[in-house]
Amino acid sequence: MARTQVNPTRMELTKQKKKLVSAVRGHKLLKDKRDELMRQFLELVRENMELREKVEAAIKAANVNFVIARAGMSQQTLTTALMASKQKLDLFCDSKNVMSVEIPQFTVKTKTADENDIYSYGFAFTTGDLDDAVKSLADVQQDMLRLAEVEKACQRMSIEIEKTRRRVNALEHVLIPEAQANIKYITMKLDENERSTQSRLMKVKDMMLEEAHHYNDK
Amino acid sequence: MYKIAVMGDYDSIYGFSALGMDTFPLTEAEEAVRTLRKLANSEYGIVYITENLAGMISREIEKYSESLLPAIILIPGIFGNTGEGIRNVKKSVEQAVGADILFADK
Repeated sequence: MARTQVNPTRMELTKQKKKLVSAVRGHKLLKDKRDELMRQFLELVRENMELREKVEAAIKAANVNFVIARAGMSQQTLTTALMASKQKLDLFCDSKNVMSVEIPQFTVKTKTADENDIYSYGFAFTTGDLDDAVKSLADVQQDMLRLAEVEKACQRMSIEIEKTRRRVNALEHVLIPEAQANIKYITMKLDENERSTQSRLMKVKDMMLEEAHHYNDK
Repeated sequence: MYKIAVMGDYDSIYGFSALGMDTFPLTEAEEAVRTLRKLANSEYGIVYITENLAGMISREIEKYSESLLPAIILIPGIFGNTGEGIRNVKKSVEQAVGADILFADK
């Protein structure tokens, strides 16, 4: 067993015992934290994967729509149409604390309440395909927001889980056995000292009795 | 209050400007790194970036995975999709669990 260099004294023994107690308590707490984080992480990461697949498919579909829209009109018309957007998104970010991991909570506010404001152009010079394309993109916007939230949470949680796991392992396999080994070593050493003192005293007593009564001479 | 940015080649992202997101059409890695740094230091809470562009500056993106904001999210573009977005999800599972036990078949 791994043992560090310690002085076999009573003070050191108390210190090591205290260290062991707090290490065991810390180990238990961290283990609980890791388990709970892991549970929440697995839930979240499943959602993350589902959302990602959904969003990716939707964006790919929207991209196809845009390509079609583009084919129907000139580059200039398209650029002008989308140059000045009426709508503006304001993002609000709260943070939520999940097992000491801060995860973001996003909400958006659109500048105008009218949802038709995503069409930032007159309808005279653009094709209906562009409207469809813009609409298809607007439809995924909420999911994209949620994806950002979930993905960030997953990233941060996975980092935290890794850290916690390392700590748990360090406590379990290094710190706790070390403290136990130290305690064992010190107790043995102290017991040994006690025994040697005991036997020394007995020997001294014998010698003193001998001096006083001269048993051996009789 | 924060804003949302979209980075990538022009063809993949111009539609997002209609929704009220700020678009940054870029194709050069160096420029992308500079823009990303600038966005991260200003009031952008979410940066969507095309997989194609993200592939060029993945090391820069990784730096922000630990901080709360901005959230840098990969989206597919018109071309050059690498599947990096899905792979990143798997990577975080691997980091947390130690092995990819959830999506190994995907």
